[in-house]
This record gives sequence, C-alpha cells and structure tokens, in this order.
Amino acid sequence: MNKVNLTIDGVKVCVPADYTVLEAAREANVNIPTLCYLKDVQQIGACRICLVEGGGRGLQAACVLPVAEGMDIKTNTPKIRAARKINLELLLSNHNRECTSCIRNRNCELQQLCNEYGVDGYPFDSGKLPESNVDDISPSIVRDNSKCILCRRCVAACNNVQQIGAIGVSKRGMKSVVGVVYGKSLADSPCVNCGQCIVACPTGALHEKDSTKEVWAALANPDLHVVVQPAPAVRAALGEEFGMPVGTSVTGKLAASLRRLGFDKVFDTDFAADVTIMEEGTEFIDRLTNNGVLPLITSCSPGWIKYCETFYPEFLPNLSTCKSPHEMGGALIKSYYAEKNGIDPKKIFTVSVMPCTAKKFEAKREELSNNGLQDVDAVITTRELARMIRTAGIDFNHLPDEDFDDLMGESTGAAVIFGATGGVMEAALRTVYEVVTGKELEKVDFKAVRGTKGIKEATIDVGGKKIRVAVANGTGNASKLLEKVKAGAKYDFIEVMGCPGGCVTGGGQPIINSKDLCYIDPKKLRAKALYSEDQRKNLRKSHQNPELIKLYKDYLGKPNGHKAHELLHTHYVPRPKYK
Amino acid sequence: MDRSVLEGDPHAVLEAMAIAGYAIGADEGYIYVRAEYPIAVARLQIAIKQAHEYGLLGKDIFGTGFNFDIKLRLGAGAFVCGEETALLTSIEGNRGEPRPRPPFPAVKGLFGQPTIINNVETFANVAQIILNGAKWFASMGTEKSKGTKIFALGGKITHTGLVEIPMGTTLRTIIEEIGGGCPNGKKFKAVQTGGPSGGCIPASLIDTPVDYDTLTAMGCMMGSGGMIVMDEDNCMVDIAKFFLGFIVDESCGKCTPCRIGTRRMLDILTRITEGKGQDGDIERLEELANTIKATALCGLGQTAPNPVLATIKFFRDEYEAHIYEKRCPAGHCKALARYTIDPEKCKGCSACSRKCPVNAISGVVKSPFVIDQDKCIKCGTCLDTCKFGAISKK
Repeated sequence: MNKVNLTIDGVKVCVPADYTVLEAAREANVNIPTLCYLKDVQQIGACRICLVEGGGRGLQAACVLPVAEGMDIKTNTPKIRAARKINLELLLSNHNRECTSCIRNRNCELQQLCNEYGVDGYPFDSGKLPESNVDDISPSIVRDNSKCILCRRCVAACNNVQQIGAIGVSKRGMKSVVGVVYGKSLADSPCVNCGQCIVACPTGALHEKDSTKEVWAALANPDLHVVVQPAPAVRAALGEEFGMPVGTSVTGKLAASLRRLGFDKVFDTDFAADVTIMEEGTEFIDRLTNNGVLPLITSCSPGWIKYCETFYPEFLPNLSTCKSPHEMGGALIKSYYAEKNGIDPKKIFTVSVMPCTAKKFEAKREELSNNGLQDVDAVITTRELARMIRTAGIDFNHLPDEDFDDLMGESTGAAVIFGATGGVMEAALRTVYEVVTGKELEKVDFKAVRGTKGIKEATIDVGGKKIRVAVANGTGNASKLLEKVKAGAKYDFIEVMGCPGGCVTGGGQPIINSKDLCYIDPKKLRAKALYSEDQRKNLRKSHQNPELIKLYKDYLGKPNGHKAHELLHTHYVPRPKYK
Repeated sequence: MDRSVLEGDPHAVLEAMAIAGYAIGADEGYIYVRAEYPIAVARLQIAIKQAHEYGLLGKDIFGTGFNFDIKLRLGAGAFVCGEETALLTSIEGNRGEPRPRPPFPAVKGLFGQPTIINNVETFANVAQIILNGAKWFASMGTEKSKGTKIFALGGKITHTGLVEIPMGTTLRTIIEEIGGGCPNGKKFKAVQTGGPSGGCIPASLIDTPVDYDTLTAMGCMMGSGGMIVMDEDNCMVDIAKFFLGFIVDESCGKCTPCRIGTRRMLDILTRITEGKGQDGDIERLEELANTIKATALCGLGQTAPNPVLATIKFFRDEYEAHIYEKRCPAGHCKALARYTIDPEKCKGCSACSRKCPVNAISGVVKSPFVIDQDKCIKCGTCLDTCKFGAISKK
C-alpha cells in the first residue's frame, strides 16, 4: 500500500493511502471525537462530530475523509470546538434527557462528549423533548426511540454485519426513526435477538430486557430453590464491569459473587457444555456413519437458530437436535439434580447468566421444557449480573476465587472455549477423535478453527477419515457459508455462532466505548482469556469430565440414549420473517 | 424549466448524453426524473424508443462501434434527490440520502463506478454548442459565466413563466422589462434566486448582473434557476420562514445539523413571526446558520440557511421590528397585526361588531366603536366588513 504524508495538529504522520483522517489522527496521538462511527461496522459521516479543518470546504467529517499527500489537518480550533458543541446541543435538544434513570448513565457516549465539550445548557430547546417511546414486546431487546440520536450504528450492525436487516431508517428529517418496517415491533420482525444493536448503541436507546427483578424476587422467596449457571464467555468479560482490563478472566470471582448473591447452588454452564459435546459428538458420529443429514450444524447459539429458522429453513434438518448448553443445564438441574437431592422440581428456579440476549428468547421456547416446567426460568446477561453485584454491595474486585458447586460444577478445557468462535468445533473434535479412533489425541489444539476470521475451514484427519469442517461467526458470515453449501461446497460439520467473534462478544456482554474499540479487539482479548484457561486445565476433553461420567453412569445412560433424548434434545420450526 | 425541456425537447437531452458517453467512454446513461412529472416521463419513453428505432441509441451507433443506452429512473419526489450523491443512491434502489464526498462521483459514482452527473439544462446546451461552435456560445454572457440561463420567474410579478436570458443581464431587465414589474402598482421589495436554498436580493441592488460569481458573492446562488419576486406586502422574516420550512420538510435526516439544526432555526423564526421573539434570536440564528453551512453533509444542508442569512443581511431591521417592537413592517404577520378603528371615520354602524367572531368590538350605535386588543384574534373580518375605510391594520 502506498503511503502518504500529512500533518495533523502540527504533527507529521506517514500513513497508508487508504486511511481516513480519523485513522491517521490516531497515529498522531489525536483522538477525534466520534458518535456515528464504529470501527469495522459503520463510517457514514452522519453525526458531524468528528469535524476537522483542512480537508476541503467548510468542516469535514474525519471518519469519511480520505487522507491525501500534504494535507494540513487541524482538529482543535475554536471553530471546530464551537461546531462540535453546537451539534451536540442540537442532539440534546431532541433527546430524552432522563440521564439519571437511564441504563447507560455514566456509560453513554453522548453524555461523555457533552461533558468533554463543556455543554452547560440547552440553548436550542424548543420546549418539547421527545417522550419515552418504548418497544419492549421482544423478550430480548428494548428500544426507546426517545433516546435515539439516529447515529445508525444499530442499523449498520443489523444490516451490514449481521445482514439481517430487521431495522432501518424510515420517514425523513426530524420525523426520521430507526425501527422495523411499518412501525412494527422488533418482536414481530426477523430480528434474531442477537443484541449486536445494543452493544453498538452509544446511548440508552437500546438495552436488554431486564430480568433482574425476577431473579431478585426468586432469591427473596424462601419457597424457591434458586440455582444459577454462568456461560463460559461470562467469565472472560464480567471483570470489565468492575474496571478490569478487557480479557481478564474472573472465573473464581464469578462463582464467589454468585454465591454471595444468595443462589442456593452455583453450577456452571461449562459442565453442560461438556454434556453438549457428548450429545452432539455422538450425534455427529451417528450421522457420519449412518448416512445421516450432513453437514451437521451446531445449535448452541439461539441467535443463529432463529436466523436459520427464519432465513434458511431448508437447513433445519442439518441442525443438531441438541439443546443449547444452558438449556441442557436447566433440564438436568430440574431432573438429575432435583432427584439426587430430593427437591421438588416445581420449587426449583433456574437462572442462566449469559453473554447473550437471544438466550432470553430461547428460554421462553415452549419446546425447551420437561413435564410442563421450562428448563430455564430466567436469563440475565453479563451486564445484568454486574448490576446485581453492584446493587448487592459486593466488592467484586477483592473477592476470593471460589469453585462451582459439586455435581454440575466441574468442567474441562473443552467447555471453556465454547465462548469463542471455533470453540465448540474444537471441543467436539477432541472428543470425536478419541471416540472414533479409540486412541488418545496427542495435540489437543486445533488452531485452524481458532481466530476471529469470519469463516474458517479445515480438514481434520480422524483415524484416516477426512472430516471437512467449517466455522462461521456472525449471521452475515453464516449466510455466506450456507450459500456456499447450497452452491455445492461439501462439509461434514459446521459450527455457527450468531454473533461476530462468538459468545465472548455477544449482545449481553459489557459495552465497550467506540473510542476504545479503535485500539483493542475484545473478540481477540476475551477469547484469549478462555484459551489460556483451557491451557491451564488438567482435563481438556469433555468425555474426561468426572462429573459427566457420573451423570451418564448414574442417570442418563448412553449419550443420545432415550433419557438423554427426552431431556437434552429439541426440534425446530420454520418462522415467517414478519408476524 | 428542466421539466419543460424534458417535455418539449427530450431528444436534445438524449443526444447530449450519448455525446457525453462517447466523450468519457461510458455505455450506459440514466435519466432520473420525478414520477410527479408524468408527461416528461411519457415523452422521454417515446423519445428513447424513437432514438433506438433511428439507431441513435443502442448498439453500434452510426457504425462507430460505440454503444450507448439510456434508462429511466423515477424518483419519488424527494427534493434531496437533486443532490448528486442522493440521486445516485436513489437510482441504486436505496433510500435517497447523500453520501460523503470525496469520493466524488467522477471517481466512484453509480454502483461504485466512475460517473458524471449533469443537469438537464446543461445537456440541452451541448448539441447547440457543437453545432454552432464554442465561440458562438461564449459570445453570450460575461467573462466567467458564458451562454444563457433559463429562469422560472414567479411570485409578485406581472408576467410569470420561463425566461431565457444571456448571463450578466441585470435583475432590473428581468424584473421590470421582461417580467413587467410587480402587479397592482406595488413596490418591488426583493427577489429570491436559486430556489428554496438560495438567497434574496433587495430592491436596492436591482442593477446586479445575474451571473454565477456575482450571485455567489452576495450569498445567493443560481441554483435551480428559480426567481421569486416579492413586493412591499411580503414580510422578509416570513419569507425566510417559508423557505426554511420547505427545507425542514425535505431534509433527509441523515446528518445532525440539517436534521435538527434547520428545525431549530425554523422554531426561532416561527416564534419571531408570532411575536414571541427574544433578544439574541438574530445572533442565535446566525450562529446556527453558520454551523449548519459549515458542517452539514450535503449541498442541501450546506445551503439551507441561505434564505435566513440573506434576509438578516439585507432586512435586519425587519427582524428587529418583529423582535423588539413586536411589529411586522409589511403588515403580514398575523400575530403582530393590530386592527384599529379610526374614530374620525367610524360612523358607528355596528356592522363590524356584529361580524366579529369573538365579540372583540364594542360601542354605542352612531358613535365610534373600539376593538379590544386582548380579545382580537386578528382574523381581519372587521376590515373586510367596514364600508367606510375606518378600520386599519398595522
């Protein structure tokens, strides 16, 4: 790539010719403020905050201004500061300013910018601020357009990245709104509940449907036996909510904080992930050897499942019939655990802590139940758990590291990596290899399926048989991969995660400021935390999990056996895009 | 006037587009025309068909090996789709919204390909220039603005319609000679050039020559070639409000300054015309206007404040009268109007009092009546009713 020389606030920089001024400014250690810009997701120059001088007539938006040789860019003149401030004041004049009761208070990019630019009043108020306009019919996502600043980051996440297109801008001028076509609710749209719009939103216009109230109520109810299980990816991100660097693993503190919140049992979805591998691995071997429908496609990600049901129903027979790990966990808590401890399953309240908003939708699926009891009663996201920990006054940072409770708390390294894209595939391969060949797998790391590339492909030799695998993360990439399959590409096993990067960057994870996202990649950092935890474990293959061995021996019988099918497997239905 | 070219001589545009395609090596052209111009659309369709039949469009035109085809795209009437990048986005099948420049269309335009975009009027000149030569064309106009320009003359003018004049013709010639001045003997006050995002030029500058540079230097523009004449009855604050109101309705809503900023300017103008203007409103308008001009994403937003800035520049006294004296000098703004009865002329017939819908007029028959200003809703019924010219509006 050719390089060009330019000056930014007097600092000379030499950058690749395809850089924007915004990117070049980082080389000069200048942070140009942004609102509608989101790295790798959207750059459209709409908010007019990243204004600079020297790029042409008037003030130019740095996020879309290409660098040119000899440019002399100014980013901090009185004219620029005044214009940025006025554009912020204009946004405020049409913004529901209930900051103190807003879920994004102190984590709002608009609020931060107003603070940085010394906004100290509302000179452009017309006497009427938008009133709350809430769509909370979806079980996963709440949208309040009175807080929407029309930056369109959510639209880009939904359309460009996820390629779902559930939301868009309609009407024009001041009447512009972001929403579903014809003003429908998100719940009646093709939205797959992935929540990537939420993590893209700079303000409180989007957030998860809060379930903490139900969980607090259950914890306070003496008649209920409340059991919790956190997903693998939660431990790689929860620390960020308490000021720890992105990529800090907090497994021990996670277990400790859940116990201090008052849960009666603190189990681990990682255990259920190991069970998933037994079930899904067995299903795969069965399909492979008995001419079943291939490629087998994983079913852990509820965003992906709804996407498949909505956009690719022809692939439903390819989906693994396995419930997702936490649903398996919930089903086992209300059967295996209940039976072992003589507890009435009706009195058990199961809570899943998930990096995911789609899990809230999933938990309400009628088919994910046994004897009329939902497998999972409540799902809270990583962010909601953090709020509960803060509310409870738990000093998270100084908690001791604790273990999960016995019976369903033990896990292997294979389960931990479920949280990263490629992790389920790698975990399955570790077990499938040993089951098929009967030999010990020497090298447990399948590096070909790791990393944040959108689509990864590999051919794995399993006892002389070549197994063709593919891994896609994000529904946009899933779509590309499925189109390849439709065009004739042959695979045996496909892993799909609905969110880009997999669960570590799910829609329920801590929200990272767009400015910080210019410098760090949470997909990589959080995945790294999981892979090093896998590395540290003595047991790294699911079938080695002693509690899992006990589960099959004492209760389930064989993987894919009758009881396992009843408790741990499900079915899917084609869905219309719009209701 | 583009509409009349498309309706009256569509072949002039098709021929010029084929020439342009030949010049730059393009084999595909698009005409973007509003669906609200059905005659233009129908005649373009006929013309394209005819051109194909005569071998003027299509494959191997005149045996040159050059291929050129023209497609029609109907717009849904959004003003912003006159902005070139919004027009391209609309042709591509997306919501008609502008996109940042650079990259300019000539580098990356329609469907990501290098594209030139020209106005209908520009194309309509091409064949004439080639036939008659550049010297002929350049013999008309001024040093920097060559040729002629068509204006759509409207507003308070005796002869409305399209006029074609050599560049550099003065406003006086256009308005007084060609347009026949303001009707009903009213005094000419100002003229708005360049459509809703142009600016107004006051009567004192009526000898201004109309060319690109002069208009731009005055904060106005040639723009779409609209020319709206105003007389003494027009309130310039109200005029600014009218044009800005159009822009507010037509803003696509993509960028902050245009979406919200123009709306806030309109809010201020509205309150000024309603007699609720505040000290500092003019300065607030100027501040907003300059920020919108400097920071809006596209030409629509960047020029949207022009009518406000131009009227403030030339008619600041009218703004001040509205704000500080709560008075509309043109007597146009309803909320600021004051109806009074001249006791000398009032015969005490009580006709006005009987017609007043809010019983604001009282008095004893055969002696002068009075209007209660607190009750008056300024509907003007009394003025129309009085047979003696005793009621006046100020």
